[in-house]
Amino acid sequence: MQISMNGTSIGAKPGQTIFQAARDNGIFIPTLCYHDKVGAAGKCRVCVVEIEGMNGLQTSCSVEVREGMRIQTRTEKVINAQKLVVDLLLSTGTHDCIACDQNGKCELQNAAYYLGLERGSLNYGVPEKDMDESSEFVFVDRNKCISCGRCVAACNGTVVNEVLDFKYRGNKVDIAFDDDLPMGKSSCVQCGECSQICPVGAITDRNSRGKARHWEVEKVYSVCPYCGVGCKLELHVDRKANKIIRVNGVEGAPTNDGMLCVKGRYGYDFVGHEERLRNPLIKNPDGTFRDASWDEAIDLVSRKFFEIKSKHGADSIMGMCSAKATNEENYTFQKLFRQVIGTNNIDHCARL
Amino acid sequence: MTNDIAGLDKSDVALIIGSDTSEAHPVIAARLKKAARKGKLKIIVIDPKEIRMADYAEIYTCQRPGTDVAVLNGMMHLIIKNGWEDKKFIEERCEGYEALKEEVDKFTPEYVERISGIPAATLEKIAELFGKAETAALYYAMGITQHTTGIDNVKSTANLQMLCGNMGKVGGGVNPLRGQSNVQGACDMGGLPNVFTAYQKVGDAPVQEKFERFWGVSLSDKPGIPMTVAFDKAYDGEMKAFYIMGENPMISDPDLHHAEAALKKLEFLVVEDIFLTETAKLADVVLPASTYAEKSGTFTNTERRVQLLFEAVKAPGEAKHDWQIHQMLANKMGQNWNFGNAREIFEEIRKCTPSYAGMTYERLGFNGLQWPCPTEEHPGTPVLHIGKFTRGLGLMTAIPFKAPAEMPDADYPLYLTTGRILQQFHTGTMSRKSPGLNNLAGPHAMISVQDAEAIGVKNSEKVKVTTRRGSIVTTAFITKRCPKGTVYVPFHFAEAPANALTINALDPVAKIPEYKVCACKIEKV
Ligand code: SF4
Ligand code: SF4
Repeated sequence: MQISMNGTSIGAKPGQTIFQAARDNGIFIPTLCYHDKVGAAGKCRVCVVEIEGMNGLQTSCSVEVREGMRIQTRTEKVINAQKLVVDLLLSTGTHDCIACDQNGKCELQNAAYYLGLERGSLNYGVPEKDMDESSEFVFVDRNKCISCGRCVAACNGTVVNEVLDFKYRGNKVDIAFDDDLPMGKSSCVQCGECSQICPVGAITDRNSRGKARHWEVEKVYSVCPYCGVGCKLELHVDRKANKIIRVNGVEGAPTNDGMLCVKGRYGYDFVGHEERLRNPLIKNPDGTFRDASWDEAIDLVSRKFFEIKSKHGADSIMGMCSAKATNEENYTFQKLFRQVIGTNNIDHCARL
Repeated sequence: MTNDIAGLDKSDVALIIGSDTSEAHPVIAARLKKAARKGKLKIIVIDPKEIRMADYAEIYTCQRPGTDVAVLNGMMHLIIKNGWEDKKFIEERCEGYEALKEEVDKFTPEYVERISGIPAATLEKIAELFGKAETAALYYAMGITQHTTGIDNVKSTANLQMLCGNMGKVGGGVNPLRGQSNVQGACDMGGLPNVFTAYQKVGDAPVQEKFERFWGVSLSDKPGIPMTVAFDKAYDGEMKAFYIMGENPMISDPDLHHAEAALKKLEFLVVEDIFLTETAKLADVVLPASTYAEKSGTFTNTERRVQLLFEAVKAPGEAKHDWQIHQMLANKMGQNWNFGNAREIFEEIRKCTPSYAGMTYERLGFNGLQWPCPTEEHPGTPVLHIGKFTRGLGLMTAIPFKAPAEMPDADYPLYLTTGRILQQFHTGTMSRKSPGLNNLAGPHAMISVQDAEAIGVKNSEKVKVTTRRGSIVTTAFITKRCPKGTVYVPFHFAEAPANALTINALDPVAKIPEYKVCACKIEKV
């Protein structure tokens, strides 16, 4: 169907919200609470627009498009309403972006940038809240929380771990883990879903803090090396340092739709670990190892295999392939055994 | 899995048996929990531990370890007795029904209660909920397979799903949850002693001929031996050399003392891995390999979905991709392999692997493809056995109940069962390198409140767990989730290895060790 946005005719699909239609057509409407996975919360009221024939401002995340609808996203009325909300948010927290890990990806920052707001103009004298650093992998800074509700919706409705909720202290909303425990003492399983979905820097990945800013990392798709669910990963990589900075789940992937567990999201230390093997090793007669070149190691293995094969037959050699190696590598491994060594003695640890 | 992950919220009922889903497969657990909370899906959990999924279940019950065949036969007994079976499905698509019916006839709820400890009334409720469901799915993991009756257990799950007509339909199926990222792929690629890629049988004349032509050499038509047997043969001095890629049997093998002795008797041991693992330490030659983040290639997940990985970082030092190592060795031994990258290997795989034939890296794209995918036009197969089983008629098999190899007795009065926890993985080669994961979960034994009281041990105190194979000292984790009489030890920890305790008793066909049941005793230290 066709609708009009800011005077231009654009295509939209039935059932879509105004927000989705705008996004599909490259028209920016700031929003803080809406997320594809948790849907419209109607909380932040930053995504308001004007619709011809309707009174007042409408939240674009909750109103569906209709044929011929005429929408304005940048009228003075809209901008003023948006400014009011964003100004209020900037004034009630500590939103200093300089060392924030969300810098460059923050949806509040994007909204402020779009509206030309440098800082909050109101002074509420809101008291500083303590950081919650009790969790092994997740860092919580409530001073940056904008109470959008995404994390609460995600923890309860997406990963269904049912840890996060809003608590009310006086008339101030705040997020709480279980009965307001420190995150690390709560029943949280540290899946990190709340961190991935938080639009600001209130919930971030602890191990990534200060490692690289969003525009410095390259994003590479991979698949989780742990269990067999096969969650799709987006590795955030600092190529120069040759390091993984952060791991996200890929939204919309058929296996995990952005979700991960604590291992898949945070268990990547082993990749860059100092104990990684860097070169082939050959055992000395006294039982210690010495470094060897590839030539020497391959030469030794092939000589020993020939020797054992000619003395005892190929069936005295056994190969164990790996449930952690790729298909390509398992293929070459069994081909090596069948074609080159000449035995079908190949198995894997899958059943263990 | 016969079915796909995305379709699991299409079921009315899900039976989880022998899978601690939220610990071992958390993201599948999340989807099941979500469907349950939304109100459509009713979950039944049958597990010796009161696992977290039980909190989301309509019915939870605890069976004695190793009694799954009796429980499943008991469900089928009741389903047939009440006429809840899918007569049309059985008639048109299955064979062996009469024999199955005769076998399950004696599994009355009272008889099953005596074997499994599940109250007769509970079994009746379970059978009714499951039997009357329009579409019911069954999920299991190692809790079904790691038994001397592993194959029997697996066949029983298939019996139940055929009986209820839950095969070949969205939201149904028999769904084993694979424990490692590419177990499925390792099997698909012929990493098994009796089959080439895509389960083409070793010794089958046309298959032998095809691969001889394809690889240009004559091939052995004698099926190889499974790994567990190879360890015994190594121990007896019959096997001379092992080449182990990326696995750590020194932690994962049953009866570790036996495994270590076997490896030490070898004339030559090659280990290809990313760390100097417990197993690599015993090797004569260690070859440094790459992690998932350092390579391109494909993994095949539990729902048969082939997905792409891309190289994100460089491997340290001179470490190589596993395939490069195999190529160097093959060429040193007289072949002339010429693979330039993973994609070229995949192109070769397609040519000899019918279920992957229609896949290309381009087609895999963002979503991947589920096999079978025989042609480049084929969309892949989310649900297997729609309309017809691969073998034609679905085979129902009468399965008698057999007790586990070792049962508790006066000397070793408790059941020992082993498994995984959320924060660690397998032998720990990867997960234990993370200080954060280690802080979250160290070695422990889960003990019931009653058993802990009996020996006077408190939470976090040291406890010694002993079986006829050996003993470990570990930390007591006392929990209501463990029933009286059962001790649970996660197997990830080299310093308190569960497999110093487990029994080297194998399923006669699949050669899977019975990790899920043996007899033990506990003492305070
Ligand atoms: S990490 Fe996961 S379980 Fe913990 S609070 Fe966030 S969403 Fe909930
Ligand atoms: S992120 Fe967790 S659930 Fe997903 S594949 Fe990895 S280990 Fe499995």
